[in-house]
Amino acid sequence: MSDLLKLSLDEVTTKLKAKEVSATELAKDALAACQAAQPALNAFTAFDADKTLAMAAASDEKLAKGEGGLIEGAPIAIKDLFAVEGVSTTASSNILKDFKPTYESSVTSQLWDNGGVFLCKTSMDEFAMGSSNETANTGPVNNPWKGANGEMLTPGGSSGGSAAAVAADLCFGATGTDTGGSIRQPAAFTGTVGVKATYGRTSRWGTIAFASSLDHPGPFAKTVKDSAILLQTMSGHDPKDSTSLPNEVPNFVAACGQSVKGLKIGVPKEYRVDGMPEEIEKAWQQGIEWLKAAGCEIVDITLPHTKYALPAYYIVAPAEASSNLARYDGMRYGLREEGEDLTAVYENTRAAGFGHEVQRRIMIGTYVLSAGYYDAYYLRAQKVRTRILEDFDRAFQTVDAILTPSAPSAAFALGSKSDDPIAMYLNDVFTVTANLAGVPAMSVPAGTDKDGLPLGLQIITRALDEETMFKVGHAIEDAAGFNAKPEKWW
Amino acid sequence: MSVTADDVRRIARLARIAEPEDRLDALTGELNGILNWIEQLNEVDVEGVDAMTTPVKFPLPQRVDDVTDGDCRERVLANAPKSDEGFFVVPKSVE
Repeated sequence: MSDLLKLSLDEVTTKLKAKEVSATELAKDALAACQAAQPALNAFTAFDADKTLAMAAASDEKLAKGEGGLIEGAPIAIKDLFAVEGVSTTASSNILKDFKPTYESSVTSQLWDNGGVFLCKTSMDEFAMGSSNETANTGPVNNPWKGANGEMLTPGGSSGGSAAAVAADLCFGATGTDTGGSIRQPAAFTGTVGVKATYGRTSRWGTIAFASSLDHPGPFAKTVKDSAILLQTMSGHDPKDSTSLPNEVPNFVAACGQSVKGLKIGVPKEYRVDGMPEEIEKAWQQGIEWLKAAGCEIVDITLPHTKYALPAYYIVAPAEASSNLARYDGMRYGLREEGEDLTAVYENTRAAGFGHEVQRRIMIGTYVLSAGYYDAYYLRAQKVRTRILEDFDRAFQTVDAILTPSAPSAAFALGSKSDDPIAMYLNDVFTVTANLAGVPAMSVPAGTDKDGLPLGLQIITRALDEETMFKVGHAIEDAAGFNAKPEKWW
Repeated sequence: MSVTADDVRRIARLARIAEPEDRLDALTGELNGILNWIEQLNEVDVEGVDAMTTPVKFPLPQRVDDVTDGDCRERVLANAPKSDEGFFVVPKSVE
């Protein structure tokens, strides 16, 4: 592997513009590195080398003329939830294992319009339902970071393949989707930066739906500035998504590096949970000290409904999923399993095509929406969701940003939580609140634990105020000077 | 609230998922574990609170009723499990 792949997106696009490196050379390097790493990491679900090299050649033509977009020539990995025209798009599910979309998702279209080069599709929890990438139909992804005794760790989930690809320097950025923490938790587990913007900032069109009112497409990156560049290219109004925000997109990149002096940072006491390792608490305290030193004012705040966020999520998300996934009926696309009548075809198709966790969530969703239970479960959960939004609204009357840990632990061993759904769900305890409220949030690497594993800090800001999030994220990154890398074994 | 194996059989039918009989007991346990955990929402005072349906606080946009897409039958059928002469082929559903 060439050292070029170790560069940040910002650095490599500067080299591309200066013609010190060609997009074609870079694409070939990245493809070779991904394919060499695949047997060890299992992070990828599809390649299309012809497409990659054609896109790179087109970038080289533009760059030769001094033209090109914000990320011209940079190879980008795409979570297998985004439709990429002509390329296998499966959501890591058997029900879509032969699906090749004849259309392009809005987010990937925008990446390509800005000069991004399609590199590969990345593995994920099936239909984005999971926090460890273990529910993928192609098996778990291995975190490039290994445990203290060399054991294989989860890269987190659901966007585990994208997180692993960025952490292992196999690409210059990747897309993910975050419904309950599926970008921020894997970012924390792999020492990468992960961002979810305000709900509606990035279009959901062409992204395979999980829970529509909670799904947020966003980037994984090596640095905060890279994440701002990627989010910049992915954001903007899309008439094809009725919940897409019509607001103008601020200059996220310009916010990186701006002073945080005088900003009020909220520290919510409810994010100190039972059984949280001391090192997470320490990293959090360290983050507070860094921001103090940078001139921020620290304010103790309360978000009293935090503990109800996960149970509310596990009503709302399965309910929306059970509706969204009703489309997989074996008629128009995807798997079809024959049966003695039409209903049997539906039932056999969905039994054969969906994995265990997806079936479980569809059934929970079906139950909470069924006659007689709707008010007790779904309506109540939507009211609790309002309470969680009110918590944030109240906090943001006095603070500009909220600082919390990104996840309640560092990356854990594969297999250690897969038998206990609720233990797995609790991974998202710090991230899920921002999905329910729709406010922007990001995870930034802040340090390592005693086993040398990365830990992340989360920054949450007001709706539409990603700029403050990037300012604070950049200040944390600056102070942390996080440059640990997993030792290469793949 | 908890569910029985009969409830789970009914839910599976509603969800159009063929669950084998020997899976029902295990599924019942799993679903009850999750439903019991969700029960804690009953502690929250939601009196007079509006249900939140979307984090986006503006009215749904309306668009001009123009035809902006279409005429792409081949693309629509490209992923069909079965198609013939420009149609989806589906199991017989009307006797």
